[in-house]
Amino acid sequence: MTYHEHETQKASIVVFSGDMDKVMAAFIIATTAAASGIETSMFFTFWGLQAIKKPVSTGKTLFQKMLSLFFKDIDRIGPSKLNMGGLGRWMFKKMMKQQNVTTLPELRQMAIDLGVKLLACQMSMDVMGIRREDLIDEVTDVVGAATYIAEANQSHITLFI
Amino acid sequence: MAEYTPEKTLDARGLKCPMPVVKTSQEIKNISIGGVLEVLATDPGSVADIQAWCKSSGNELLGMEKGEGVFKFWIRRVK
Repeated sequence: MTYHEHETQKASIVVFSGDMDKVMAAFIIATTAAASGIETSMFFTFWGLQAIKKPVSTGKTLFQKMLSLFFKDIDRIGPSKLNMGGLGRWMFKKMMKQQNVTTLPELRQMAIDLGVKLLACQMSMDVMGIRREDLIDEVTDVVGAATYIAEANQSHITLFI
Repeated sequence: MAEYTPEKTLDARGLKCPMPVVKTSQEIKNISIGGVLEVLATDPGSVADIQAWCKSSGNELLGMEKGEGVFKFWIRRVK
């Protein structure tokens, strides 16, 4: 990719997955894009909302409350493979620490510091009974698909993770 | 020996992807335009990544050097 002086470059990433490994990839790409001077937005939908949720229980209805038991926060989500009831998460965290890899909560904070826009999907939140106050304060806005399309339409980089 | 006179040196030794690049992007803001930032890193991936970052961020990689397990980069802030 070349650098265009008069054109703002954009990247938009859909974070659909709530798996630790995939969310990690999303934040690594987002922070690197932002660090490269690219205006970056992340759209968190469905399972991905866990990455921007506070560690609180959520939901009003019985189903929403049941779902809340499995709907975690960024520090407690597990890998997409070999989670083994949380053992995998523990193991991966330990291995990453040994290699001095930046942790997921640190990566999210870095994304915030670099000005990455964190956008939450309104419809998923409604379905799951997640309110704005259940999400971290740094979330830029709660939006719908049209906002993502408008952003993606102007982006050189679009990813669905 | 450095052939360039850096305004600052960023110590990114021990950091893994994407932190050397992220820290570089933050530190270059403290350099005057035209000035040189020196970056020290141990991550072998940073050799390709610092070059790629310079290209996409529009800064100039003046040179690099491999010391004893440490990579040195000299980057000129262009804008």
